[in-house]
Amino acid sequence: MRATSVPQTVFTVVVFVALAGYAFVGGSFGLDLITKIMIYAIFALSLELIAGGVGLVSFGHAAYFGIGAYAAVLLTPKDGAASLVLLLPAAVCAAALYALAVGALSLRTRGVYFIMVTLAFAQMAYYVAHDTPLGGGTDGIYLTQKPAIGEALNLNQPVMIYGFTLVVLAAVFLFLALLNRSRFGHALAGIRVNEQRMRAMSYSTFGYKLAAFTLSGAIAGFAGFLFAVKDGFVNPELMSWHLSGAVLVMVILGGLGHLRGALIGAFAFVLLQEFFKSEAIFGALAKHWHLGLGLAIIVSVTLLPNGLVGLPAEIKRHLAGTPRDNT
Amino acid sequence: MTTATFLIQYLNALQYGLLLFLVASGLTLIFGIMGVINLAHGSFYMTGAYMAYALAPWVEGHLGGGFFVTLAVGVILAVALGYVLEWAFFSYLHEREHLQQVLMTYGLILVFEELRSLIVGDDVHGVKAPEWLAGSIPLGDVMTYPVYRLFMSGVCIVLALAMYWLFRHTRLGMRIRAGSTNREMVQNLGIDVSRLYRVVFAGGVALAVFAGMLAAPVSSVYPGMGNQVLIVCFVVVVIGGIGSIRGALLASLLIGVVDTFGKVLLPQAAGVLVYVLMALILLWKPGGLFKAG
Amino acid sequence: MKSMFKLHATALLTAGALALPAFAQQAPLKVGLMLPATGTFAALGTAIENGFKLYVTEQGGKLGGRDIQYFKVDDESEPSKATDNVNKLIKRDNVDVLIGTVHSGVAMAMAKAAKDSGTLLIVPNAGADAVTGPMCAPNIFRSSFSNWQQGYAMGDWVHKRGHKNVVTIAWKYAAGDETIAGFKDSFQKAGGKVVKELSLPFPNVEFQALLTEIAALKPDAVYTFFAGGGAVKFVKDYAAAGLKKSIPLYGAGFLTDGTLEAQGTDAEGIHTTLHYADGLGTARDNAFRVAYVRTYRLPPDVYAVQGYDAAQMLAAGLAGTKGDISRKADFSAALRKAKIDSPRGTFTLSKNHNPVQDFYVRQVVGKENKPAGVAIKALADPGRGCSMQ
Repeated sequence: MRATSVPQTVFTVVVFVALAGYAFVGGSFGLDLITKIMIYAIFALSLELIAGGVGLVSFGHAAYFGIGAYAAVLLTPKDGAASLVLLLPAAVCAAALYALAVGALSLRTRGVYFIMVTLAFAQMAYYVAHDTPLGGGTDGIYLTQKPAIGEALNLNQPVMIYGFTLVVLAAVFLFLALLNRSRFGHALAGIRVNEQRMRAMSYSTFGYKLAAFTLSGAIAGFAGFLFAVKDGFVNPELMSWHLSGAVLVMVILGGLGHLRGALIGAFAFVLLQEFFKSEAIFGALAKHWHLGLGLAIIVSVTLLPNGLVGLPAEIKRHLAGTPRDNT
Repeated sequence: MTTATFLIQYLNALQYGLLLFLVASGLTLIFGIMGVINLAHGSFYMTGAYMAYALAPWVEGHLGGGFFVTLAVGVILAVALGYVLEWAFFSYLHEREHLQQVLMTYGLILVFEELRSLIVGDDVHGVKAPEWLAGSIPLGDVMTYPVYRLFMSGVCIVLALAMYWLFRHTRLGMRIRAGSTNREMVQNLGIDVSRLYRVVFAGGVALAVFAGMLAAPVSSVYPGMGNQVLIVCFVVVVIGGIGSIRGALLASLLIGVVDTFGKVLLPQAAGVLVYVLMALILLWKPGGLFKAG
Repeated sequence: MKSMFKLHATALLTAGALALPAFAQQAPLKVGLMLPATGTFAALGTAIENGFKLYVTEQGGKLGGRDIQYFKVDDESEPSKATDNVNKLIKRDNVDVLIGTVHSGVAMAMAKAAKDSGTLLIVPNAGADAVTGPMCAPNIFRSSFSNWQQGYAMGDWVHKRGHKNVVTIAWKYAAGDETIAGFKDSFQKAGGKVVKELSLPFPNVEFQALLTEIAALKPDAVYTFFAGGGAVKFVKDYAAAGLKKSIPLYGAGFLTDGTLEAQGTDAEGIHTTLHYADGLGTARDNAFRVAYVRTYRLPPDVYAVQGYDAAQMLAAGLAGTKGDISRKADFSAALRKAKIDSPRGTFTLSKNHNPVQDFYVRQVVGKENKPAGVAIKALADPGRGCSMQ
């Protein structure tokens, strides 16, 4: 079981305090950027729940993200703002429902097949948004007005949506951390390690897996909802396999099997992109930022078998000069 | 749809399916034997297509030219590329989580696409088919069928047979099959598994590059072309059963038929049909049509 | 402390005195270029940027008397990242004007950001009807075309060539749908009939099944919209299937633009319509082409022209405000009245800020799209859904 050490808890708390503090000092661009990263972090956490927690790697998680985003836009009335209290649960439920259906069908398969079936169902959602009138076409649709709760919470201002996203991220993180310690979480971990044994212990492993998958879809839908509200614009690309791949990369880059990993992965992935795109640093070469990003990913795989989460341990190991523990 | 049109559509389906098989076979090989989900497979396909375009002038100047000489040079380069890539990027990942390798191949996609942009540029290019294959055969009253497409299908069939023979009836094939089933056992028998993997990876890359080069006169050459092929190849591999050459062939043909007739009969749903097919097959047979072997 | 104050005061006075005679002393004008630098459309992004910078260089590096400072963002032709990318230019770099982009979905996100923030936007390619339709705004302009326009331009002309029954084929996405809709508008008005509208998912390039369908339908002609790699493959497949001999192929200009080297002889003789052609032969165009080749060692194309004209439009607006871009109403008014002296021919802007321009019929001869007359003169986009007057 993944025990949490004191330094790790401290790290997480410091990150959240820093993020909260940034709300008071960040400019509108900075707030936007960090909001986006936090949304990706929530999205990555949703994948971490099943990929790291249960060992179910979904290569179609963008579908739930996209459904949450599309629901936010499609359910907003043409002539006014929707109430956040109604719109948010509706978007999350839409994503969860699709996840429930996909999970019920795809959890019969395992390993690589599971990866591919989830991709297939995501591609179906993508083509529905892309090719049918329901999705509003390939160029995407606008969110006419952002949802609100009366006057109190108006998501039009960057700092408001930043704060709201931060609260959601913290809540999701805490929720998943508690979940990991609960009976349910222990059962999931047991399934990851040895499903046969769990079944022999008369656990309904299918039920547990389906519940986790649906929950994961719901959280991804929540992230998608936030994305739509932040940008005010949705597009079929939100469901494309590129995004599914990107979030998987975030989780692995950060360190599979750790909630912190999803958080660190989202930050690292987006900030690395920004770094290599920066003309101030790379000048004319910034145009070829894919190259830098690609090489950075390759180097991190080579040197960090456990993702960025394992960085401190790697450094310690290096200083002590002991061989790597390959597990 | 008249009978003649129907038959021509079948020919189209067959031809598309066979080409798909050629690209996907390398993927299923690497997938099945090394367990690597190679997202960069599409990049190798693209590399092949660009090689067909960019190598031609060099081959013309140094070796007297010819489409087939270019093809041969390309395949040799591809084998070398695959061998080196496996050594440099994958050899030390065998013991690790498979997802680490996915991340590695994701990095490689970015690198390959950008190297292509730096070396050859971002323009669209055409590649000429050899003169003696440039003609076409009349089919029906207005339509003709290019000889080169038929030639491509022929090459794909020959390759499929050759692969079948290699796996079933040669020592190398036996080792590869054994290596995929039980790595430790094979190692204990004194076979160098690392070397075996390197050969397999080189072979997989060569197949993708060869497919790209062969398809270049028909598909033309453009940025991002690998991404489009990649996902449908995964579908082929999964429907067919991972590591199964036989399965990949059958799955490719099936997809060829569904895609071709889907476009004509159900244009609104053409994009999604292939995935519906995959979902249905996996719900029926969760391990694909043929389990590895 | 006291001496420092004095110094400040003198500095202020001098600055004030200097500011009066010329706006040249103003801070440089910040131009945000949001174009694709990676991915399928990278070459188009380069051409637009080249064209834009060529005009600025010709003006001595200044527009409206102000130096130009560029800020660049690679939009990757990726709509899901578009809002963030455009915000980089608007919020981080605080640009005065946005130029972009190629991909319609990305342009839609840019239009929204421009509308929300009031930043000036000039779209140098993306043809999405909505940009100058429901999304139109006083600060949103286009230097290229609308999808409807390029389709509409050809319908009447195809009908005049004696084709009564036509099959259309395009990718099933917004640009394809809108172009085909424009073509149908004018073709049916002229009395023609669209027998069947074929489509395939974007960006699928397996055309063989649909070509067989065309052969079975035997229409008088085929009208199509494809671009880039898809255009190359379609033209080659169409010829290889033997259809080119019996069923003439027509298309929106992008079918044969920037793709002729790859299409080879298979494109020879194909007619397309576009707002630009190779070798228009006007003095303006010749001068542009010579300058472009001299500067970049690349053949100029329609994308370069659109980039060049985006710079001209910016200059025209600035001329009306003496270089002050913050006077938005004046800028808009000046640009609406302006005649842009484009290499494609002079154009003005319609009420919805889209060029009112001639569309040429071009025929492929060798590696060029040679002009073969004007399909339709001074065609204006109807601006459906635009409430701006």
